Amino acid sequence: MSTSTRTARERLARRKKSMAWTFCLVLVLSMALPLGAYLVTTPGAVAQPAGERFSEEHATNPRSDTWRHARADGEGFTTASGPYVTNQLISNIGENWRQMRNGPVKAVGSWVMGLSLAAVALFFLVRGRIRLDGGRSGMTVPRWTVFERSVHWFVAISFIILSITGLSLLFGRHVLIPLMGNAGFAGYAQAAMYVHNFLGPAFGVALLVMILMWIRNNIPTGTDLKWFATGGGLIGKGHPSAGKLNGGEKVWYWLGVVIMGSIVVVTGFILDFPNWGQSREIMAWSQVLHAVVAMFWIAFAFGHIYIGTLGTEGAFEGMAKGRVDTNWAKQHHDLWYDELIQQGVKPEPAEEAGATAPSPEPAAGQKPTS
Amino acid sequence: MARMKFLCDAERCIECQACVTACKNEHEVPWGVNRRRVIVMDDGVPGEKAVSVACMHCTDAPCAAVCPVDCFYTTDDGVVLHDKDLCIGCGYCFYACPFGAPQFPQQTAFGVRGKMDKCTFCAGGPEPAHSEAEQVKYGTNRLAEGKLPLCAEMCATKALIAGDGNVLSDIYRKRLIKRGGRPQTWGWQAAYGQEA
Repeated sequence: MSTSTRTARERLARRKKSMAWTFCLVLVLSMALPLGAYLVTTPGAVAQPAGERFSEEHATNPRSDTWRHARADGEGFTTASGPYVTNQLISNIGENWRQMRNGPVKAVGSWVMGLSLAAVALFFLVRGRIRLDGGRSGMTVPRWTVFERSVHWFVAISFIILSITGLSLLFGRHVLIPLMGNAGFAGYAQAAMYVHNFLGPAFGVALLVMILMWIRNNIPTGTDLKWFATGGGLIGKGHPSAGKLNGGEKVWYWLGVVIMGSIVVVTGFILDFPNWGQSREIMAWSQVLHAVVAMFWIAFAFGHIYIGTLGTEGAFEGMAKGRVDTNWAKQHHDLWYDELIQQGVKPEPAEEAGATAPSPEPAAGQKPTS
Repeated sequence: MARMKFLCDAERCIECQACVTACKNEHEVPWGVNRRRVIVMDDGVPGEKAVSVACMHCTDAPCAAVCPVDCFYTTDDGVVLHDKDLCIGCGYCFYACPFGAPQFPQQTAFGVRGKMDKCTFCAGGPEPAHSEAEQVKYGTNRLAEGKLPLCAEMCATKALIAGDGNVLSDIYRKRLIKRGGRPQTWGWQAAYGQEA
């Protein structure tokens, strides 16, 4: 009984073992056998000398080579001439660019801009307007010169115009054609395109002036790290120290104006001057980069615009009139204010007597009405 | 309805440019604008192949998909046309088209291109057929007269054929059967031998 069970057990074990080995053998052979063809065929039969291309024994279809070449952006010869004539039979960039522009570019761009607006609105509802701690002192110090303000407002107004015209070309088909109709939108789009294309280069030049003008104010320092550590004054009590420009403003300068601005301006020039002879491929990818970076920049600008106008009491007049209230300067840019006083700048009373009175704006952030 | 197609038989095309000339002359196409062009692959080496290329009147046309002003439309015959009154000359259709069909009358700084122009399959445009406006903007409307595109009509070797896609594929299939399907038995090699 026991021996028979043992043999039965042994038999079962043997069978299992042989099954396992058989399975392994099948696996190995199934992988190895197809490779046997590699040994049979003479290596180097793939590369044929040009003379043997049509010989019968290696019957490669000459047509397949031709069409493969054509399919892979291959270029041929054409007698036709003109600025938009190409010698490519099939250009692959076209479909790829279409998929990119009509898919991810539109989707990502609209989401990024929408989320940015939502974040700004949410911040306003939660935190409200950042008030001056001690109200206004009625005394002001100079912050931005006339030249600086002129450059800033030229860039700012151009930015808004370029954003609206540019976004009209990207999203107009979905948003504006249903409103204006095809003919109405085409007229608007023609004007928008010309405004965009002629204002763009001027914007680029002004942006370069702005970058050079403010680079010395935007050198990162240790103070900025402390400013970031307190979240620009949002975390904890009191206000972090800052020089003429705080950490947030420096990020806007470097990431927004310098990096994003340069990408948008350079790609814009590539698109705006087709007479420089760049290929369709370069122009198509420039368009993708231009649109994506511009929309990220617009999303970033929403934050900048909010902080400079609605978000912070006393900030806007610095760029509008050039002078800021001393209390605003002490609260937001204390190091810069101390430096000014040391340099012997005397605070002067504000031009309008009304400016000393508390502004009759609704207290934001309390309970939003409607 | 018929779906209009062009088909260029690369075994027959001899790069004579008759299609190009016919098109330019029929539609009074300005200098620098080429609605149709002949491209030669492997030009000057044995086995060179010439193909006449124009707008392919795609089913899912990339030009129409990227046009910011949505000026493209497809006729009942499957011909892709566009409305020059709506076109703003942004050049996007030129980036998107795999065949380089869209053309523009000028190329200057600030992206000024003028209105896009392309092959219309000799079917004019949105204006009333045979009107002065249609003639000036889009050229002759031969389809409205029951005629096929002139480039194909004038092709001496009948390499370029145009018309209903089903008819074209029947013609081409018969040719392939006649040739035996093997490239070695037709074209360059048949004329000049294997070791050309």
